[in-house]
Amino acid sequence: MTDTAALSVHGLRVSFSGRPVLKDVQFEVAAGEFCALIGANGSGKTTLLKAILGLLRPQSGEVRIEPGAAGARIGYVPQKISIDPYLPLRSRDVVALGLDGARWGWPRRSRADDARVQEMLEAVGAIEFAERRVGQLSGGQQQRVLIAHALVRRPRLLLLDEPLANLDVRSTAEIVALLRRLSAQYRTAVLLSAHDMNPLLAVIDRIVYLASCCAVSGKADEVIRTEVLSRLYGYHVDVVRVHGRVVVIAAHEPEEIRAALARDPVHTAQVP
Amino acid sequence: MHLLELIVPPGFLANGPVHTALIVGAGAAVVSAIVGVFTVMRGQSFAGHALADVSSAGGSAAFLLGLNPLLGFLGVAALAAGGMEWADVRDARERDLVTGVMLGVGLGLTALLLYLGTIRGSTSGAAIAILFGSMFTIPASLIPLALTVAGVALVAIAAIYRPLLLSSLSADLAQAQGARVRRMGLVHALALALAVSLAAMTVGAILSTALLIGPAAAALRFADRPGRALGWAVAIGWAATWGGILLAYDSFYWTPGHGWPVSFFIVVLIFIGYLLAGLAGRRPARQGLERPA
Repeated sequence: MTDTAALSVHGLRVSFSGRPVLKDVQFEVAAGEFCALIGANGSGKTTLLKAILGLLRPQSGEVRIEPGAAGARIGYVPQKISIDPYLPLRSRDVVALGLDGARWGWPRRSRADDARVQEMLEAVGAIEFAERRVGQLSGGQQQRVLIAHALVRRPRLLLLDEPLANLDVRSTAEIVALLRRLSAQYRTAVLLSAHDMNPLLAVIDRIVYLASCCAVSGKADEVIRTEVLSRLYGYHVDVVRVHGRVVVIAAHEPEEIRAALARDPVHTAQVP
Repeated sequence: MHLLELIVPPGFLANGPVHTALIVGAGAAVVSAIVGVFTVMRGQSFAGHALADVSSAGGSAAFLLGLNPLLGFLGVAALAAGGMEWADVRDARERDLVTGVMLGVGLGLTALLLYLGTIRGSTSGAAIAILFGSMFTIPASLIPLALTVAGVALVAIAAIYRPLLLSSLSADLAQAQGARVRRMGLVHALALALAVSLAAMTVGAILSTALLIGPAAAALRFADRPGRALGWAVAIGWAATWGGILLAYDSFYWTPGHGWPVSFFIVVLIFIGYLLAGLAGRRPARQGLERPA
């Protein structure tokens, strides 16, 4: 690994009850890089993020994370969580829990802590709804609060699991722009998972493409190519550019999908 | 006649059983309200109710053996709470089923023990006291133990306060941040067992749910931050408990010869509190359309 990598994943292998989910995944994310983790539903994106977070133990392989300033771990925004509208936590409280939420004992927050929370709320544009209960905010607003929660300790690495799912087009663009800006401002490496790469292609430094339990990574135009992705999938796929959007299409259904189609004709074959 | 005398009848404050009821009742109300806020936030209301029902087996066993009933409630509730956390059933539906089955077993055992106790002791008052509470018959000697139990529960909740809040937002988030979620869940379950035992002592095992869930649910209707939710829940639970004791004492004058049960008044007052809170905290319209389902 290079010395400047914020994250390096090496030979990662995870299987659930004998079924492999990740077979041999390796890639690196450099410090401050803005990086998309792309893969179809069920391709193992969440599993990979959880392995990086240490929430599940891989069968083999190694995850190395550059230690952040002041012991800050990885910032994390989980996949769509549904928050009870009556949960008595304002946006401000949620961000403050990002500072010390894992600690035991009654909270004692200093003025400096309050200032950090305030600064973070401003940075994500959440001042307007800082005093409102987080469960009563819109999806885009909740996403901003959760990003502030994840970044308030200034981690060197921020992981986001499908932060763009369930957002409308405008909120998607806003959240992508916000993440890009925060990543540059705090020199935080960002790895965000998505099943659709299109809203991200213009802004990312690197793409990690997950398919068939393996990953390829590099600059987007190095990875999103017919021959690279065909090798990854293990069968021929075409990378097609239509109206400025990228679509990956399987020329022939692979064996497992054909078998599934035979069992269940309604099922349609799709790769991202 | 003074106005105060109209509300607080003569002899009320000088009455020994009333004293005990006020002290133990306040302890039970405060602890139940605080633990209850987290129980509601974690979506464990049914588990809380089941724990109380199961603990009634301990209460009735203590009655049968002539032991301190609070110890009986406590022992069985703590065992059941520990067992629930140890089993660690994640799926919500599965958890409800297991909880429901355990509730049935606990109450069945209670039925047997109370029946045996009634044959031996030839009093049917114990069944009412254990299931529905009997605050004016709590012995004064119970006060130190009750207050100790209350204190331990409050310290336990204070210790896990922040991880509890974080994990009620998202367990994944708490875990990713390094919170020891399982240990925290166990501490919360034990605090819940303590709260439920105290509430069972005062308003009875079956009605303890009212003291645990009612004030918390009312407070969460309108409180927008954790400290306020706890404060309001305590205020509602405490006021309902003391108000209930007062009304029950008064009721000796309404129907001469016998008063009405304290538990009835407490539950009614909590219900009124819940209705008022619902009016105060009308569900605000959600902004935006893109909130995840």
